[in-house]
Amino acid sequence: MSDMDDMDDGSGIVKKFMFLNRKAPHGTVYALEGLEVVLITAAFDQDVSMVFTDDGVYQLMKGIDSKGIEVKDFSKTYRALEGYDIEKLYVDQASMDARGLTEDDLIVDVTVLAVDEMANLMAEQDVVISF
Amino acid sequence: MQFGILVNEGPYTHQASDTAYLFARTAIEKGHTVPRVFFYHDGVNNSTRLATPPQDDRNVSARWSKLAADHGVDLVVCVAAAQRRGINDDVLAPGFRISGLGQLVEMGIQYDRLVTFGD
Amino acid sequence: MLHIVNKSAAERSSLESCLRMATKGSAVLLIEDAVYAATNGNAAAAKIQAAAADLKIYALGPDLAARGMAGRVLDGVNVVDYGGFVDLVAEHSNCQSWL
Repeated sequence: MSDMDDMDDGSGIVKKFMFLNRKAPHGTVYALEGLEVVLITAAFDQDVSMVFTDDGVYQLMKGIDSKGIEVKDFSKTYRALEGYDIEKLYVDQASMDARGLTEDDLIVDVTVLAVDEMANLMAEQDVVISF
Repeated sequence: MQFGILVNEGPYTHQASDTAYLFARTAIEKGHTVPRVFFYHDGVNNSTRLATPPQDDRNVSARWSKLAADHGVDLVVCVAAAQRRGINDDVLAPGFRISGLGQLVEMGIQYDRLVTFGD
Repeated sequence: MLHIVNKSAAERSSLESCLRMATKGSAVLLIEDAVYAATNGNAAAAKIQAAAADLKIYALGPDLAARGMAGRVLDGVNVVDYGGFVDLVAEHSNCQSWL
């Protein structure tokens, strides 16, 4: 990925970018194409957070097997994020609880936030991209 | 102020492209600039020159092209999303160009505001 | 922060999620089908009016009119046009769309 090293915009500006993921994988394209934006953003040396709330938490499930629906399985890409220095993955506690999920169900390490913590995180972002 | 706009949905099926267009046009009328609009997911379908909608309703693609022509708005279509959906240089309406997701990230870094319109 | 919600509260949970996460003093702008939540008698009316205690709630006038709802707006909701929409984005240092 050496060509990615040249992608920063040269301005030296660092902003807090948050990617808001609220949709389940596969029923719509947003999880996959959202992830593609995050991977590109990694080359720009910004302060990147990924937030998973509502059905977005399902994107991080272990044990995803998409062979039967004949769709590319991109779930392992979440594990590659760390290699791109995208390490701030936040998950909404209430969304997990409402879906019977715990951190053990997830394919990557995440920081689970209570609603106040997540609200404050969102409020302090410079740029929020929603899918 | 410089506004960036992200359009996530295609023409007609969702209101996103209409709302985004009216927002962009109004921002320009109020003296702001909209240097670039980025089209992602099904939003790439706004860029086709092949649409022939009924004459008594808005032409979504054409009015984006007009905004580009009148005000220098850069209409960028994501290459990966375009390839998936069969949008290539041969079908682009005036004012649209195909480029990478880096163009979207740059908008977030360089502009004062970035607004997402989607489903 | 300016929160922008575009889907009907009866169709999607985005309004509910937004109201849960918006910090005190934030603004919430309802556009497109989300404007129904700002109308008299709708199932989300109580939620909107309760939220109005801590948040500034706005609805996009042209979207209300397009849906025949211009005369049914809840007390406490501020109706704005596209100019007002642009101003809201300019006035808030950040914005977030709940799709």
